[in-house]
Amino acid sequence: MSWWKRIRKGVETSTSEKKEAPDGVWHQCTNCKKASLVTEMKAHAYTCPLCNHHEKIDADDYFDLIFDKSIWEEKFSNLVPVDTLEFADLKPYKQRIHEATVNSGLKEAMRVGYGKAGGENLTIAAMDFRFIGGSMGSVVGEKIAFAIDWAIENKSPLLIISKSGGARMQESAFSLMQMAKTSAKLTQLANAKLPYISLLTNPTTGGVTASFAMLGDFNIAEPGALIGFAGPRVIEETIKKKLPEGFQTSEFQLENGFLDFIVDRKQLRDKIITLLDLLKN
Amino acid sequence: MTFLDFESPIAALVEEREKLKQIELRSGVSMSDKTSEIETKIKEKQKELYSNLTTWQRIQVSRHPERPYSLFYIEFVCDSFIELFGDRHFKDDKAMVGGFGSLNGETVMFIGNQKGVNTKMRQYRNFGMANPEGYRKALRLMKLAEKFNKPIVTLIDTPGAFPGEEAEQRGQGEAIARNLFEMVNLKVPVLCIVIGEGASGGALGIGIGDKLLMLENTWYSVISPESCSSILWRSWEHKEKAANALKPTPNDLFKYKIIDGIVKEPCGGAHSNPQEMAKTLKKTIHKYLEELKAQTPEERIENRINKFSKIGVYETLQTKEEIQG
Ligand SMILES: [Zn+2]
Repeated sequence: MSWWKRIRKGVETSTSEKKEAPDGVWHQCTNCKKASLVTEMKAHAYTCPLCNHHEKIDADDYFDLIFDKSIWEEKFSNLVPVDTLEFADLKPYKQRIHEATVNSGLKEAMRVGYGKAGGENLTIAAMDFRFIGGSMGSVVGEKIAFAIDWAIENKSPLLIISKSGGARMQESAFSLMQMAKTSAKLTQLANAKLPYISLLTNPTTGGVTASFAMLGDFNIAEPGALIGFAGPRVIEETIKKKLPEGFQTSEFQLENGFLDFIVDRKQLRDKIITLLDLLKN
Repeated sequence: MTFLDFESPIAALVEEREKLKQIELRSGVSMSDKTSEIETKIKEKQKELYSNLTTWQRIQVSRHPERPYSLFYIEFVCDSFIELFGDRHFKDDKAMVGGFGSLNGETVMFIGNQKGVNTKMRQYRNFGMANPEGYRKALRLMKLAEKFNKPIVTLIDTPGAFPGEEAEQRGQGEAIARNLFEMVNLKVPVLCIVIGEGASGGALGIGIGDKLLMLENTWYSVISPESCSSILWRSWEHKEKAANALKPTPNDLFKYKIIDGIVKEPCGGAHSNPQEMAKTLKKTIHKYLEELKAQTPEERIENRINKFSKIGVYETLQTKEEIQG
């Protein structure tokens, strides 16, 4: 559970509840280590008022930030993972699923929200890092597929918010094939001429980068996010030297031509509304 | 000849046979009875070992240094072949090959991961690990095939996309993603065959087609057993356990309906008789391409989308209590 929710007596919020942190509670920034009032951080869209570090936030936080008046409806929340391969490493996959479900209060690493942004319909599929590191298994892929069908049916643009270590190893080839599935479904969205915005947040790597996250009509990212295909540790082991400072950051990806722009979370909602509005006329 | 560790009984028999041949040569006395006896034993042993391969042994066979690679097959199955190079943006990737060839009188675009046949060539081919320009080269050639209405065959054999510094700068993730998206929309038949290693997104980057086949002694998985072991077991030593857990063999994937067929290898693996393997492959490619010709481009693309949309296992909760619980 996220820091401001723990502060809020550790209660998982539903969409109807408002996230009001008690006055006078402080949060220490994971970057600059300075403390700020939680209320102030919340007013800054969970970025640090002092150094602008973008703290990791959950899928529903993005929904609250982007949808008009924080009103949204959750879709396809009845899909849950199963352990078809009977995978076990140091822990059985079944147990990992159970623990993730209990600890996060989530059913999977992907949530789909539907509502209005700037008065227009919008479908958002947002990954949640708290569920097995936001890894992509069958449910994540299937929820994206459903979100695309939903967007087409309702003539709504699609925003996918990525935050993932990549494909989920415990579902092996099924996970790998979600890269194929999501890409295949995106061709249908493209044929329907509906805009697809891909927002990459910290971190977005592996099979997520190498499929839907890089396929947006607009690929955008939050500042300072780690974005890449191979993880930095794997690259350093391969090339046997240290990677330069700032390697695989949002800024690096923008400079190399893989992002349309970097967006500060405080301007995220406005920027998305403006961009989608420009496409309408 | 290189023998894998589990092939040591065969190695011993081969050594015995060679000794007999030496004796024969030196003494002039015929040893043909004994030699043929050993030949029979070798065949029996091969059959015994290869009919009961463990997952890890199969992975070892898929990486056998004498295993045939893409260009061998392409040159064998084609009456004529013209290799085409370059991605037109950055450079030519030696780990990804392709070109037009003639198979039983019909022109086919072949694209494949390429490994090197000796130490020097292995480096030259970057061990079969493509950079972004490799995926872009593959896509360029696929589009070329589409333009001239020629079917595409991809041969997959890679330990993964190259995890290098420059690969990241040039957008390894974007290059693979673009291929997945574009391959779905190709109007011509696409047949994908795993001929060796099929590791992760690097393999999938040329792996979106109407049919996906695997040779008998190959594997296809989201991650290599070694990397899986290092991440989940936090040590490289559990690769066999990881291999079993990943269920990456053709039989596993056929059971889970992820692949459409398994191509039989000669007893003793593709490397024991590359010509025989190539003949089988030629027949298989011909058969599948004939079948795929029957579809219209629209049907083909629709079927392709449906094929991948169906892959995935999950549970759907029905009642409100279940969903809230
Ligand atoms: Zn700070």
